[in-house]
Amino acid sequence: MTDATQGPDAKTGVTPDTGLRIVEEELAGPVLAADGTPLRRSLNKALRRQKLRALALIAPLLIFVLVTFIAPIADMLFRSVENQIVSETLPRTVVALRDWDGEGTPDEEVFRDLARDLVIAAELKNHTRLGSRLNYETTGASSLLRKTGRGVDDIGEELTDQFIALNPAWEEPATWIALMADEGWIADQAEWAAEKEAAQGPFTTREPAFRLRDGVAEMLPRTADIYADFARLIQTEDRDSPTEEEPWNIVYQALWEDLTLGPVTLPEDEPLLAEAAVAAPTFDALSVTDAFVDMDRDWADPELWGTIKAFSGKYTAGYFLAAADFQLTADGIAAQPEDRQIYGLLFGRTMFMSLTIMVSCILLGYPIAFLLANLPMRTANILLILVLLPFWTSLLVRTSAWKVLLQQQGVINDILVWTGIVSNAGRLALINNQTGTIIAMTHILLPFMILPLYSVMKTIPPSYVRAAKSLGATNFTAFRRVYFPQSVPGIGAGCILVFILSIGYYITPELVGGTTGTFISNRIAYHISSSLNWGLAAALGTILLVVVLVLYYLYDRIVGIDNVSLS
Amino acid sequence: MKLKSLMLMSGAAIVAMPALAQEMADEMTIVSWGGAYQNSQLKAYVEPYQAMHPELKVTWDESSAEAVAGMRAQSEANNITWDLVDATAADSMRLCDEGLAMEVDHDELLAPAPDGTPASEDFGEEMLISDCFIPQIAYSYTFGYRTDVDAWDGRTPDEICDVFNLEEFPGKRSLEKRPHNNMEWALICDGVAMEDVYDTLETEEGQDRALAKLDTIKDQTVWWTSGADTPQLLADGEVVMGSSYNGRLFSVIEEQDQPVAMLWDAQSYDLDGWVIPEGLDEPTLNRVKDFLYFATDTQRLADQAAWISYGPARKSSAPLVGKHAELGIEMAPHMPTNPDNASNAFVQNYEWWADYRDDLDSKFQAWLAQ
Repeated sequence: MTDATQGPDAKTGVTPDTGLRIVEEELAGPVLAADGTPLRRSLNKALRRQKLRALALIAPLLIFVLVTFIAPIADMLFRSVENQIVSETLPRTVVALRDWDGEGTPDEEVFRDLARDLVIAAELKNHTRLGSRLNYETTGASSLLRKTGRGVDDIGEELTDQFIALNPAWEEPATWIALMADEGWIADQAEWAAEKEAAQGPFTTREPAFRLRDGVAEMLPRTADIYADFARLIQTEDRDSPTEEEPWNIVYQALWEDLTLGPVTLPEDEPLLAEAAVAAPTFDALSVTDAFVDMDRDWADPELWGTIKAFSGKYTAGYFLAAADFQLTADGIAAQPEDRQIYGLLFGRTMFMSLTIMVSCILLGYPIAFLLANLPMRTANILLILVLLPFWTSLLVRTSAWKVLLQQQGVINDILVWTGIVSNAGRLALINNQTGTIIAMTHILLPFMILPLYSVMKTIPPSYVRAAKSLGATNFTAFRRVYFPQSVPGIGAGCILVFILSIGYYITPELVGGTTGTFISNRIAYHISSSLNWGLAAALGTILLVVVLVLYYLYDRIVGIDNVSLS
Repeated sequence: MKLKSLMLMSGAAIVAMPALAQEMADEMTIVSWGGAYQNSQLKAYVEPYQAMHPELKVTWDESSAEAVAGMRAQSEANNITWDLVDATAADSMRLCDEGLAMEVDHDELLAPAPDGTPASEDFGEEMLISDCFIPQIAYSYTFGYRTDVDAWDGRTPDEICDVFNLEEFPGKRSLEKRPHNNMEWALICDGVAMEDVYDTLETEEGQDRALAKLDTIKDQTVWWTSGADTPQLLADGEVVMGSSYNGRLFSVIEEQDQPVAMLWDAQSYDLDGWVIPEGLDEPTLNRVKDFLYFATDTQRLADQAAWISYGPARKSSAPLVGKHAELGIEMAPHMPTNPDNASNAFVQNYEWWADYRDDLDSKFQAWLAQ
């Protein structure tokens, strides 16, 4: 009918594009517009202006969609892999654990790092959040960390006492400042303190941020590391000054570790340190491992450590594995125990029931749409209002109405018993199961099938069927060969609408679905609002989204999305 | 004695004074459960408080069922719109763990009892289950049953295990669609002593045992998700017995006059109270603290019991519990804490459930879905 060059024009009319093409195809030399500029540039300019105007027109909607729709979805999807809490809360432990082989309890060194991490986490009140996170993987982590958070600041207490007994100077914050702080910082701090002293009324300038002395990190690595964190937290969390606070027990613990474990070269002008270095090996030090295991014997459990190690990365596949009924362990991926596998079943059920609902909608909606399309306008409009009526009723009211109708002591069962179709003892179970969900959701989604069908059928000229009949077709043949093929785009549109809506439905299955009629969306809602396992919810949601996109793609390949029409 | 309590009261007034002197917000958003419970809060302390502070505008948000998710979302968006949230004990614990609720000093924040007992003693350790939790009421999960079931031949269930006895008490049951309480009840009726229930539930065998017991009534059970379900199902005759909050059952029995009775045996206690979201601005926080000081004092908690059959969380409130404000019946016998009702009660172990809820829930849901 058309050839390639005429094709687009026939559909869209003449656009500046067309002009451009003609210029390119037919004329080799530069053609000038009326004002002397090359026609090509002039046309390009016009085209660009047109495109910008179009963009400006859709900009409000585009921004709205980006901000309120795309961005939140992207953020939610990102949560399905995000797992920074473990490495952020236990930075030292995670590094130390890299060398652990997964057999038995990790060695003392790991526990020492854990103690340092947890003292800081407890100070920031992050340890319970970590507990909630790990509890999704290992039962008991929640109370374990809550309990440990209460006791972890006692670790190293015996060393604190022994250092102070050795030389009371160790109790003085000033001793520590002299040892640890940068001289520049000490001067800045003194200046700040003097200003604060002199200030009348409230003084809002913050103390200058603590800086470590050069070289101390090489001399006493553990002590410097934990003391820097101590000073920072005292400043930011407690709004206090390290010049006035005695360090935590864990700082003394770190000092003891530095002095006894590593080869330390102490400068000669530090008599205090030299004295401590001589005495430290004679101190009574308790094992940090024992301290943890005393607090809770779960710390000796390799499974817990395996979980920490498996989830130590910044990103994890753990949520997606959980969403597919697998779990991430220290030894790799393993299937979830059979009595805890639920998501595969729910995904399957969601697909099956959505398809069932879609088919029921076609079966019920097609005749109604046909009737609407073929009745006189006035009658059709009245019927159309009846179709639309459910849209104006609250979803909850409609669903609750189904409860009243379908329950065992409900209207339908009462009528069946009264008419003698079923016995009083044999009342039908129509609700709190799959049947209930399918009935209620078919009703709720029916308008989404009827309306596209109706609008497509309205455009089918009745003369076609009449022509078919006049050529000898029976009613059925005329319908099957002439009318039905023309209504297929409406079925396609209705199917996509109903299927995609029902796949994500959640209120109705929750209310009438019982235990066998619930969807995957009900579990997603549970993880969002109850268990707070947003990562798993995001993974389930992502899988659902991908499934829908894949089905849409398949539909496009098989049926063709051009064959879908809303009118 | 009189002088002493007078002095203490004026002392309390002085303690409250600094809060009054501070700048306080004129608006407060309170999150609660809606329905009869929210009404009891409105009548017992929100309206009286507003009468004292006519400038205050209170907005209610009936979102307590999603308190944890809501507070987390607000905290992540850095936009705290809730000022005071009513939450269950378990939720408050979770909120505290997540750093979403503010830790409070109960003695500093709350009024002492009229005889001068500090708030922390008046509430008692068993009520102050987390540092963020300010208790209001003790409620319980318990069973109601229909009194007009022909098939029971005049027998009525009088112990928890009758729920599992389909021979003597045929008919449908309704249970909550989560493992909490159901697992405990199942084990108790499988012969586990009440004090060993949680130890048993920690093991796989114990969990399987509980589910096996629940299996015996699974196909006769309707699973509820909303507290209103069981009363409705009982009233419709859809089920013959079912678990719910005792206040909901009270309402179906006494207020709606349905042929339903209470089965108090092995009721499971739970608590409900306030939490303050972390990150409120200064004036709002002052307002919330000032309100809480008033709303959780001995008299106000006792007043609440005139509107709903939940036990006040303070020991000192118990003797002050009177009659129902509208029905005029004595409320004490309907309290879950009443000695006649509490003889065989157990307390839900929140800390244990905080650990096991994720694991047991997936097992329970997988069991349900089969």
